[in-house]
Amino acid sequence: MSESVENAEPRSDAEPLSGLQPGQRGKVTAIEVPGAMRGRVMEMGFTIGTVIEVVRFAPMGDPMEFKVRGAHISLRKAEAAGIRVQRI
Amino acid sequence: MAEAPQIFRRIAIAGNPNTGKSTIFNALTGLRQKVGNYPGVTVEKKTGRFFGSHGEAMELLDLPGSYSLQVRSPDEAVSRDVLLGRVPGTPRPDAIIAVLDASNLDRHLYLVAQFLELDIPVIVALNMVDVAEKRGLTIDLLGLKNSLGVPVIPMVASRGQGLIELKQALSRATLQVSDQRAQLPIVLEREVAALSRMLKGHAGSVRSEAMLLLSLEDDRLAAEAKGDSTLLTEIHAARERLKLSGLDPIAAPVDARYAWVSEVCASTVHRQGEDSHGLTFSDHIDQILTHKLWGWLAFVGMMALMFVCIFVVAQAPMDWIRAAMQAVAKWTGAHLPPGDLRSLVVDGVIVGVGNVVVFLPQILILFFFLGLLEDSGYMARAAFIMDRLMSRVGLHGKSFVPLLSSFACAIPGIMATRTIENRNDRFVTILVAPLMSCSARLPVYAIMIALLMPASNVWSKAGVMLCMYLIGVIAAFVMAGLFKKTILRSETPMLLLELPPYRAPVFRGIVQRMWERAVVFIRRAGTVILALSVLLWALLSFPKPTEPDATQSEILSHSIGGRMGHAIEPVIAPLGYDWKIGIGLVASFAAREVFVSTMGQIYNIEDAKEDNEDLRTQMRDERRADGTPVFTPLTCLSIMVFYVLAMQCLSTVAIVRRETNSWRWPLFQIAYMTALAWIGAFVVYQGGHLLGFR
Repeated sequence: MSESVENAEPRSDAEPLSGLQPGQRGKVTAIEVPGAMRGRVMEMGFTIGTVIEVVRFAPMGDPMEFKVRGAHISLRKAEAAGIRVQRI
Repeated sequence: MAEAPQIFRRIAIAGNPNTGKSTIFNALTGLRQKVGNYPGVTVEKKTGRFFGSHGEAMELLDLPGSYSLQVRSPDEAVSRDVLLGRVPGTPRPDAIIAVLDASNLDRHLYLVAQFLELDIPVIVALNMVDVAEKRGLTIDLLGLKNSLGVPVIPMVASRGQGLIELKQALSRATLQVSDQRAQLPIVLEREVAALSRMLKGHAGSVRSEAMLLLSLEDDRLAAEAKGDSTLLTEIHAARERLKLSGLDPIAAPVDARYAWVSEVCASTVHRQGEDSHGLTFSDHIDQILTHKLWGWLAFVGMMALMFVCIFVVAQAPMDWIRAAMQAVAKWTGAHLPPGDLRSLVVDGVIVGVGNVVVFLPQILILFFFLGLLEDSGYMARAAFIMDRLMSRVGLHGKSFVPLLSSFACAIPGIMATRTIENRNDRFVTILVAPLMSCSARLPVYAIMIALLMPASNVWSKAGVMLCMYLIGVIAAFVMAGLFKKTILRSETPMLLLELPPYRAPVFRGIVQRMWERAVVFIRRAGTVILALSVLLWALLSFPKPTEPDATQSEILSHSIGGRMGHAIEPVIAPLGYDWKIGIGLVASFAAREVFVSTMGQIYNIEDAKEDNEDLRTQMRDERRADGTPVFTPLTCLSIMVFYVLAMQCLSTVAIVRRETNSWRWPLFQIAYMTALAWIGAFVVYQGGHLLGFR
């Protein structure tokens, strides 16, 4: 369950988390959420190197639900787009 | 009351939301709880007393559930300031109980990492170990105790398991400060040490404060540094140095803590079998409750069930209360000589208070359902489903919870807006929260629906009531959208919402909160409503006409209240109201439910019959001068719509004043809501007339 925190540089093959479909997983390479919420997003477990799984989209298509460090967290697509992941 | 014993130890209880923190707090303190406020802020301060294993007097302080000590909204600052010992009147706690969800240590240990930085003894209450076991997790308790350097108590708080052990751990003669903590990168450690030296003289752990300040976002930093420009300059310089050495000052401490958490978990939590793809019980429920079709059906179904129960289940107890009240009025009437005193006691006090207390069963049922939704974890799903709609008007899934709570009462709803970080979004939510139909409107709706459709079945009655709630919801959305585009412009805020695992609600906890609400309601009925009822009785009875053989109707018309009703009649006539309803509107400016007791008093004084007729019958028989009934279906609807939209609650005005720290917003709120109510009622009444309804 423990994700090793590697010093992963944002790579060219990284894509926005919002582009993943339910069931797909990605490893965080960068967090580009603007302003004051950046720190809170990281504290909720979206840190570099963490593996995130997309669980589902809400009934109206937005927001999204993610599984992060064993917890279920919801973010809107627009916000999830600021989290870059490498698909695994 | 026993004399206050010497307090042996002050303990704070803290943890992420949904960890069972309140269950442990309630189990330890029982009914020895006290709710107050922190000075200067509106955060609720809940304390309780209990006795340790050897009878030591302990004080337990319930800190609001939070994910982090890092401050991003004003009320989050309270937890941190208490733990740093900076809040006047609240001594720094001697120990912290950190409540963790055993099935999700990967995330919950993060807060423990921050607690350990505080240099306060920590005791870990590892709650819900049964759930963790069911999910195939084995936790090495001794290993965890050693890695954290603090006592670890396995618990199942909902069944009372582990409470004795927790008390024993809290009663030890000395509690150690752990020497374990997350290792920071050397560059960061150096900056933290330098900043700590600058903060010497501050209360609490300066190292922890330095870490929190260094990784604070710029917009909050200015507020936190409180104009200390030397400190501010130093923090900015330190951050520049960190950036130069390739460290992100906001990310670095978070990464360091999570790295430590991962390390602790790797050595102490063992998973049997590979279940990362297996679905938990919660996941299965969510496949239905957040489904594109079933999710909506379940949402609407649950709301409908709630309103039907409010009618069906509450009927019998309401009849009992009504019968008891009539019996008391009759007995008192028979034992007091006729005159002003009897009129005051019977028409003023008993009728006034009784007509409001009658609604206690419905209010309790509402709170029961809200408690059930909150504790089971469904409330977060409702926010998840509704966020798309909320974001259309520029609000947030998080605004949904304050708005839903406002169905019970706007006051807790408005207080719940403190979780919204952005000021403008918070104010928009505050401005529209009273449009959600609160429990004080229930009495008005109930009596009006009874008049509107006396013979109909409960389903149509519940249907009409649901419509009233919907009108409020729609008005709230439209107004929120309008405010977001005009006076309180800001971007749609970010959503960051945890969907906690579903849990069987702890029945005792819900009942305890219902009881607290009932006490508040009864106290209100016994104070505010009682005072207003007496005042109203006086307004409706004096001055008396000079001619001795005046009819009751003339006495009422001659009274101050009657004159006020007559004075506003031209304004409210287009809404279908007469001057007596006008008295009700004026009287209920302070509290909506007073409308019902006012109507009761008006018709009681007027009829002056020996036995108290049922208010509904009296209102049904009320006639205008031309002999047509006053309460036509259209008038009833118009009154209901008026009450949906009008801001008639002094307590709400007071809380908005306190939360926005200005008179401007509550006054604006009264103005816009009254205008909205008048327009709404006008459209219903005149529109209905044009369409041929009466």
